[in-house]
Amino acid sequence: MVVEDKISTIRFNADIEPHIKVNTETCETCYEKPCLYVCPVQNYVLMDGKVVFSCAACMECGACRIACPKDAIEWNYPRGGYGVCFRYG
Amino acid sequence: MVAQVMIPEKFDVIVVGAGPAGITAALVLAQEGIKVALFERGEQPGVKNMFGGVMYYSDALNQLLPDFWKEAPIERYITRHTITFLTSTSSVSVSLKDEEFSQPPYNGFTLLRAKFDQWYAEKAQEAGAFLIPQTVVDDLVWDSNKVIGIKARRSEGIVYADAVIVADGVNSLIAKKAGLRKKFPCTSFAVAAKELLTLPAEVIEERFGLSGDEGIAQTFVGACTQGLEGGAFLFTNKNSLSLGIVAKLSSLQESKISIFDILENFKSNSIIEQAISSADLKEYSGHLIPEGGLNMVPKLCGNGILLVGDAAGFLLSTGINLEGMNFAIASGFAAGQALKIACQKGDFSKKTLAVYKDLLNESFVLQDLKTFRHTPSLLANSRIYETYPSLFCGVAKKIFQVNGHPKKKFMSLVKEEMKGKISMWHLAKDLIQAGRSLLW
Repeated sequence: MVVEDKISTIRFNADIEPHIKVNTETCETCYEKPCLYVCPVQNYVLMDGKVVFSCAACMECGACRIACPKDAIEWNYPRGGYGVCFRYG
Repeated sequence: MVAQVMIPEKFDVIVVGAGPAGITAALVLAQEGIKVALFERGEQPGVKNMFGGVMYYSDALNQLLPDFWKEAPIERYITRHTITFLTSTSSVSVSLKDEEFSQPPYNGFTLLRAKFDQWYAEKAQEAGAFLIPQTVVDDLVWDSNKVIGIKARRSEGIVYADAVIVADGVNSLIAKKAGLRKKFPCTSFAVAAKELLTLPAEVIEERFGLSGDEGIAQTFVGACTQGLEGGAFLFTNKNSLSLGIVAKLSSLQESKISIFDILENFKSNSIIEQAISSADLKEYSGHLIPEGGLNMVPKLCGNGILLVGDAAGFLLSTGINLEGMNFAIASGFAAGQALKIACQKGDFSKKTLAVYKDLLNESFVLQDLKTFRHTPSLLANSRIYETYPSLFCGVAKKIFQVNGHPKKKFMSLVKEEMKGKISMWHLAKDLIQAGRSLLW
């Protein structure tokens, strides 16, 4: 099963403002790039050797925040009521 | 979104986060007639929360809501615990089934957090707690070195209180801002990815040999994480299965394997393939787990502030036991008791609130973390995830295999199986480490 199929099972109240900002210029100096491996919805992907990020399917787990060795991630919660809404959990 | 509710500008106590720890604290205080606000950033309590799937018996919960299992949205009670060591082609399991576990008050329950947390928050509301959903709390309000309220992300967001209970979960941005919690390394956290798979109740019961509301909790070590530090779980709900992977962030980083791919790979193991055959994916979810143990426990109180649940790192992970909700509820209960005393005295200083720490020291919360303080370093031993599952499966196979050759005594089989996998020196070292962590 591909990640998009799994994401389609999660309910989101999408917010227009992104709640996570990534300084991808800093990512270019990062060798390990743990964000690629720790995110359960693979919001961080490599395109032409560069980290590309989208927080549309973010489950707000915070794994990237802890794992980022470069402090390149400005991590916060979405506005109240927005973001992931687990139906079962 | 829904229009903002009017909030009084002062409460006796504010709780940040309506998970099991925060709801428990709010319920304790509300039952005492203390004016308590319960802030929750989700649309309603529960929607931001997920866990593996088993809540162990909680004495605190039973004191607050006697015979809670009769009314709470429980899926099944756990009557069988199984630990399975896996290689890609073989497995060895140890299983416990006990009649006592099928009798009230029950030892453990599977449940779904979106339903359970909402139900539990309603109980706090019925007792008089003021629930404020859809509201992020961004910071605390200080008067010199004393917490006197919170800053919510809304217009006129400052709300005052005599004390604030920080129950904002594993990421606890508030505890960090308050200077109670330092930055922890990747080795202190694991990430979980879970699938909720639906199957008719009768198929689950037939497939797993269960009757009525019985359920099983099965955990896996070895090939399920492709040798990474972590494990896998399979729990039975009423009409669904919870299947997931837990892996240390540091381990994922070193191996450069995605948590998503590990779960997909695990599903192709023949044991799992059979267990989840014809089941449909209903929901995929993920969460962070604080696994640092006692070393991770932050400063638990300050002037007008207490930390509870995941925000305080209260989770027991021994490789055999993984308990979080009972720790959250017990810590919320202790925080409620401490604040009850503080409210009676009208003194919310760190000195008075320190009774919270005493209560935790007397309860299993800090005692278990102290007893098992060496397990985080034991679990960092990579041989647990590759060498030993392969050794156990290899020896067990040789014991049962009949192939025309004469049999050998078990110790010779172990020596044979150890060859090329592990030295006597490493085995002895590991046994001492495991013994120190779990046995004595």
